[in-house]
Amino acid sequence: MIETTFVEAIARTLATAMREDERVIVLGEDVAEGGPYLATAGLAEEFGRERVRNTPISEGTVCGLAVGAAQSGFKPVVEIMFIDFITLALDQLVNQAAKAHFMSGGQLSVPLVLRTQGGAGQRNGAQHSQSLESWLTHVPGLKVVMPSNAEDAAGLLQSAIADPNPVVFVECKALYFRREAVPDPPPSVPIGRANTLRRGKDVTIVALSRLVGDALEAAHKLAAEGIEAEVIDPRTLVPLDLDMLAQSVKKTGRAVIAHEAVNAGGFGAELAAQLQASAFDYLEAPIQRVGAPYTPVPVSPPLEDAYRPGAREIEAAVRVALEWGEYDAEPWDKGAIAAP
Amino acid sequence: MDRDVAQALLRTMWRIRLFEERVGQLKRNLQVHGLIHLSIGGEGVAAAVCGQLRDDDAVYSGHRAHGHAIAKGAPMTAVMAELMGRESGICHGLGGSMHLVDTEHGFMGATGVVGGNLPLALGTALTQRLKGTGQVTVVFFGDGAVQAGYFSESINLAALWELPVVFVCENNGMAEFTSREEHSTIDRVSDVVAPYGFERTTVNGSDVPAVYDTFEQFLAKARAGKGPYLLECVTYRRRGHYEGDPEKYRDPAAEREWAERDPLARMTERAVEEDWIEGGAAEMIARETREEIEEAVRFARDSPFPDPDIAPTLVYAK
Repeated sequence: MIETTFVEAIARTLATAMREDERVIVLGEDVAEGGPYLATAGLAEEFGRERVRNTPISEGTVCGLAVGAAQSGFKPVVEIMFIDFITLALDQLVNQAAKAHFMSGGQLSVPLVLRTQGGAGQRNGAQHSQSLESWLTHVPGLKVVMPSNAEDAAGLLQSAIADPNPVVFVECKALYFRREAVPDPPPSVPIGRANTLRRGKDVTIVALSRLVGDALEAAHKLAAEGIEAEVIDPRTLVPLDLDMLAQSVKKTGRAVIAHEAVNAGGFGAELAAQLQASAFDYLEAPIQRVGAPYTPVPVSPPLEDAYRPGAREIEAAVRVALEWGEYDAEPWDKGAIAAP
Repeated sequence: MDRDVAQALLRTMWRIRLFEERVGQLKRNLQVHGLIHLSIGGEGVAAAVCGQLRDDDAVYSGHRAHGHAIAKGAPMTAVMAELMGRESGICHGLGGSMHLVDTEHGFMGATGVVGGNLPLALGTALTQRLKGTGQVTVVFFGDGAVQAGYFSESINLAALWELPVVFVCENNGMAEFTSREEHSTIDRVSDVVAPYGFERTTVNGSDVPAVYDTFEQFLAKARAGKGPYLLECVTYRRRGHYEGDPEKYRDPAAEREWAERDPLARMTERAVEEDWIEGGAAEMIARETREEIEEAVRFARDSPFPDPDIAPTLVYAK
């Protein structure tokens, strides 16, 4: 084991992949300088600026260029600095990368990794703090990965680079700089396999990215009262390890889904739909969703803190799930679409 | 011009012309599917550019792509079958008219999003440069794509990274239903890229030997690792934006203009004049090609539609 951080794990994994395969190239704004979070630090020094290429601020074209390089036999890892700017690259991701294999009848494949990061908490305002992963899960042909810790980030990035399909790799800026122990070298983590982080019999908490840590914190607190929560991190949204999630929900009969994205249209809605279809007869309570309210991310510190869901909200949602039917409980949902 | 080259150009142009005319008929009978954009009037550009490329050079096209695919070597049988949605189609019926791909002949793909092919071409050109194999990428687009953000971004990046790409703009003066004057204050596309400092030129797209010669020069330099280049070909779009377009915008005087600008008629006349071909041989090419097209139609009609079960198997590469 070595002590490292999420963001260092990313940089080290990229370096290893570039050493092993000269078709791996890294592209993006400021990547040769390491980027604002140092996720590509040291790469240009080791591999040169032909393989580690700073690009102009042209997200759409840079993403498309990476798609073109991928379908011509290279393995580009392109960085979109903030997921908010993926809006500018969506045409290439949605209309080209996701469909090239299909539309060509299997002639083309697009072994592309698009790394980006999202999430609030750094007072960056509404255009540098969003969680937009659910958009990407709506497009057949893309894979969507969302690691919650440094070890999974390293393991999943290895798999993403090896994958013959376009993989959107969604990191979380709030997780970047925590010290974490990681095996050296970190083992590869297969895309499409969830991870049970805590066993419990009373309720299943399915949490994404930053909310995984909050789910564990809530579970720890509830355990003091004798409530045993099972905490599962899907790790990849597409493909989804529904089996592991459904088995847990069949065992506990209750489920809480937690992510930082706005609840309305968030990936939690898809998870809830799939879980109720797989485990309807086992459910003792409606599936509860924890997510952000239906507003843009506010910038002022007390407002942003109130906006971000965390352990407290997960705990409250668990209580609603557990007490459902005992009294006139209201579903935990602060994410309803507001009337105009 | 070498006789063999001239005759090969004429043959490719006839193949595109007759293929497109046949597809227009089939569309009226609802035997080809979807939105169909014909390239009649642009045959000379496709033939003169693609005819000089190797199979391992890459070509990207837009929504008006049949001619580029055929000129790059895609078999007409498989292209026709694709337009008819058949299993034997070049993309097994999953691409269609706007998404033809033939990797075996370096036809890396057509796209239905105007301008969306420009970045893809840069990516292929970057791999060619990093591999150092002397391969070149050509991307075809219309003047309508020039107003898309991708165009400015791609021109900037291709110039900055000196990519071995030749931008071939077919400026037919029309962006869908609307004339260029309503889209931009800049008439010539080659003027739009002037500040970037790379070589660019505008030629008459109906003058096929001129297109051939200019592209030949750009290609040789791109192969030697230089780039990018922009070749603007002023062409005439004989048909509507798509088959079924009511063409209310069409000037009735255009018939006369077509007679002057038809690249196939001009090239045939020139070839006979210069003794690149005998008059009878030119007619023979047309006759042989007509048979080839009918064979492609028969091949496509005789092919089954794909099994619906194929679709889920091709969402992800294994």
